[in-house]
Amino acid sequence: MAEYRLEMRDVVKQFPGVKALDHAQLKLRPGTVHALMGENGAGKSTLMKCMFGIYKMDEGEIYYEGKKVEINDPLQALNMGIAMVHQELQPVPERSVAENIYIGRYPMKKLLGCIPVIDHEKMYADTERLLKKVRMNFNPKQRLGDLSVSQMQSVEIAKAVSADCKVLILDEPTSSLTANEVEALFRIIEDLKAEGVSIVYISHKMDEILRISDEVTIMRDGHYIGTWDAKDLTTDKIITQMVGRELSNLFPERHNVPGEVVFEVDDFTSINPRSFRHCTFNVRKGEILGVAGLVGAQRTELMEGIFGIRAHNAGTVKFKGEEIKISRPRDAIKHGIALLTEDRRATGIMGVLSVADNISIASLDQYLDMGIVINDKKIEQLVQDNVKKMNIKTPSSKTQIQSLSGGNMQKVLIGRWLANNPDVLILDEPTRGIDVGAKYEIYCIIEELARAGKSIIMISSEMSEIIGMSDRVMVMCDGRITGFIDGKDANQQNIMTLATQFETQPTAAD
Amino acid sequence: MGKKFSVKSIGKWLSENIIIVLILLASVFVSTQNKNFLSANNIRNLLSNTAVRFIIACGVSGCLITKGTDLSAGRVAGLAACLSGILMQRASYDQRFYPGMPEMPLFVVLLIVVALCALIGAVNGSVIAFLKVPPFIATLGMQTLVYGACLVYTGAIPIGGLRSDYTGLATGYVGTRMLSNLTIIAIFIGLFMWFLYNKTRYGKYMYAIGGNENAAEVAGINVNKSKILIYMLAGALYGLTGFLVCAKSGGCSVNTAQGWELEAIAGCTIGGVSVNGGVGTIPGILVGVLVFEVLKIVLQFLGVESSYTYIAQGLVIIIAVALDLRKYLAKK
Repeated sequence: MAEYRLEMRDVVKQFPGVKALDHAQLKLRPGTVHALMGENGAGKSTLMKCMFGIYKMDEGEIYYEGKKVEINDPLQALNMGIAMVHQELQPVPERSVAENIYIGRYPMKKLLGCIPVIDHEKMYADTERLLKKVRMNFNPKQRLGDLSVSQMQSVEIAKAVSADCKVLILDEPTSSLTANEVEALFRIIEDLKAEGVSIVYISHKMDEILRISDEVTIMRDGHYIGTWDAKDLTTDKIITQMVGRELSNLFPERHNVPGEVVFEVDDFTSINPRSFRHCTFNVRKGEILGVAGLVGAQRTELMEGIFGIRAHNAGTVKFKGEEIKISRPRDAIKHGIALLTEDRRATGIMGVLSVADNISIASLDQYLDMGIVINDKKIEQLVQDNVKKMNIKTPSSKTQIQSLSGGNMQKVLIGRWLANNPDVLILDEPTRGIDVGAKYEIYCIIEELARAGKSIIMISSEMSEIIGMSDRVMVMCDGRITGFIDGKDANQQNIMTLATQFETQPTAAD
Repeated sequence: MGKKFSVKSIGKWLSENIIIVLILLASVFVSTQNKNFLSANNIRNLLSNTAVRFIIACGVSGCLITKGTDLSAGRVAGLAACLSGILMQRASYDQRFYPGMPEMPLFVVLLIVVALCALIGAVNGSVIAFLKVPPFIATLGMQTLVYGACLVYTGAIPIGGLRSDYTGLATGYVGTRMLSNLTIIAIFIGLFMWFLYNKTRYGKYMYAIGGNENAAEVAGINVNKSKILIYMLAGALYGLTGFLVCAKSGGCSVNTAQGWELEAIAGCTIGGVSVNGGVGTIPGILVGVLVFEVLKIVLQFLGVESSYTYIAQGLVIIIAVALDLRKYLAKK
C-alpha cells in the first residue's frame, strides 16, 4: 500500500476576484488524524470541497492510493470511500433519523418477489447498529427535526461513517457539541483511526487539535505553509504560522468603564414551558455581559425572545427605566437594540444581494434624498467606511455577499447593525467559524463599542472568549439563569459549575 | 480578473442567454426569407403587443422576486378589460350594458379599474402575508374566483361598441406612428418601475425579502406590509393592462387576457428574474417579454400552425426556468 492514502498536489482554484487555492498540498496517511488549519479564507473548506467533488479544481492532481484520479461529484467521492461532514448542516428535518442517514441509498427489498420497495426494517436495524457504533442512542424512527442542533450534527457524522469511508473529512465538527458529545466524537475518531481511516479534522479549536491530531497542515491565504507532527506544536506556534505574525494577546486590552444600568429584563418567560423562564438580568452602559452555558441552555432563545423573534408570555424589558413593548424585530430596532444572530446564513445575510445592499438594508432611512430616492453614493460611503474600519475583504461593494468568507460576512452584518447606532447590541456567537485574525479584529470592535458607551450582550460557547472579553458573566442552564460572575473572578470551573446546575426536581406549576 | 471576452466567459454568457440568442438567430433567418418581417407594420405590432405584455410582466415580477407568484394576473386583467369596456361603451350603442349611464372621462374609468384591481391584489397579498397561504395556491384560487366574478358580471356576453376616444388610445401615436400611445405608456411604466426597484426602499425591501425572508424580518423590514404592497401594485398594473388591451382590441370578453400570467412569468424568467428570489431587473424583463413576442411572430412567419405555437411557448417556459436554476447550481 502506498505510504499516503490520498495526496492533493499543487491545487489551484480561482473564484471571481479571489484565488482561493494557490498550489495547496495535502498528504494523508492511513489511520491518522490530520488537522487542517488556517484562518477563514485560507482555503481549508475549499480544498476539501475539491477533494469531495463539490468544486472542480482549476489545476492540480489528486492521487488516491497511488493512482491519479479525477473526482467530479460527491457521489463519486462517496463511492471511492471519501466522506465529508460539512460545517453547515443540511439535514431533512421532516424525515426520520434513519431516512436521513440512508438518504439516496435506502436498502431495498423485492415485494412479492418483483416490486422493489424500501426495506424499512433493515434500514431501522442498520441505523440502530450504526448509532450504537457511534455511541449515540436516539430512536432511529425519531423525526430528525426534533433533535437539537448538536444531536443533528452527531447524526451527520454517523451518516458519513456509515458509508464505510476510508477518508473522513470533518469540517468544524464540534462547533455545536457539548463537552460530553466532543468526548464521544473523539472516541469515535480513535475507533476509526484503529480501523485505518484517514481523518481530516478542520477546526479552529487549538486544544482539540493538539489533543486529537497526529499531523497538522497549516494554510494561509490559499497557500500551503507546512505540515508538522502535532507533538512538536503548541498553540502559539500554530497561530504564528496561521497568521504569519506573533500574537501577543488573543484579546485586546479593555478600557471600557461600565456605568449605570440602562437595560433591564425582568421575569422574562417564553410561551414554551421548556424554553427560557423567569429570566432576570440587567446590563450597564459600556458593559460587556458575557452569556455562557451549554448548548441547549436557551441563551439564543432568550435573546430572540427579547428581540421579538420569539414570543414571550411574561416579563418586561426596560430601557433607561422605561418599559418597552417588543413584539417584532422592528420594535426592538426602533428602541435601539440590535441582534447579530447565531446562524448568519439562515437569519443574517441575504445571500444573492450585494455587500452594499446587505450592509444598508436596516438603515435605509438614512440614505434618502427628498425622503424617497436612495442615494447610492451615501451607501457606497457606508460600505467604504466599514471596509476600512473592520478590514472587510471583498472584491467590491457589489459582490454577492455569499461569496465572502464567514468572517467577512459577519463583519458586514456587524456593519449593518452599527449603521443604526444602537444602544444595546446582542451578539450571538459573534466569532463562530471565524479565523484567529478576524476574531481579534471583532474583539477590538466590541471593545471599542463598549468604550463608546454601548451595552453589549455576548453569547459565546468559547470559554476563553467569555473569560477574556466579559466585564460580567451570566450563566444559563436549561432555560434558567443560574448565576452571575464578575469578569475578573470568572474561570472555567465556576462557569461550568453554574452551566451544569440542572434542576434536580421537576418544577412545580408556576 | 480574466479578460472580459475570453472564450470561457462568452460561452458562459451564451449558455445563460441561449433562448434570447436562438430566437434572435431565428428572426434573422426569417427576415431573410420574408421581407414583411422587418416591415414597419410588423414592428409596430410587435411594439404594441410587447407594450401591454411588458406591463403585466412588471406586475408579476414583484411577486416572483419575493419567491411568490401570481397566477391571477391574466384573469384580473381580463376583468379589468371587461369593466373598462363596459364603462367606455358609446352612449349610442344599442347593446349598451348600462343604457342610462353618462359617458365618463377616460381617466375616471382608468382610476376605477386600477383601484378595483389593486384591491384584488391587496386581498392576494393579505392572504399570502397574514394567512400564510402559499402564493401559488392563493393566486390560483383568486384566478378562478375572478374568472367567475367576471363571468357573472358580463353574463359571458362579449363587450363591444366602444367610444372612439377610448379605442383611439391604442391607435393613436406621438410623433411617429411607431411610437403608439401604448408604447409610450409602457415606456413610462418601465421608467417608473425601474426607479421603484432601484431607487426606493420599496424596491430594496422587495429584493431583501426575496433574498432571505427570515433575515429581512430580523433586519426590521415589515415583510407583511411589503408583500401586500407588492401584490397591490401588481394588481394595479394588471388593471392598467386590461384597460389598454380592451382599447387595443376594440372589444373584449370574459376570455380576454386568459393565460397571460404564464407568458408574463416566461418573459420575466427569460429576462433574468429568478425563481430562487431576490434577482431580476426591469430592462431584463423588457428583453424577456420582447423576445417571447418575437418568438410568436417568427413561428407565424415560418408558417407554423397556431396550434403548434403553444407547444413551442410551453417548451420555452420550461427551458427558461431550467436555465435560470442552472445558474445557481453551476455556481458551486
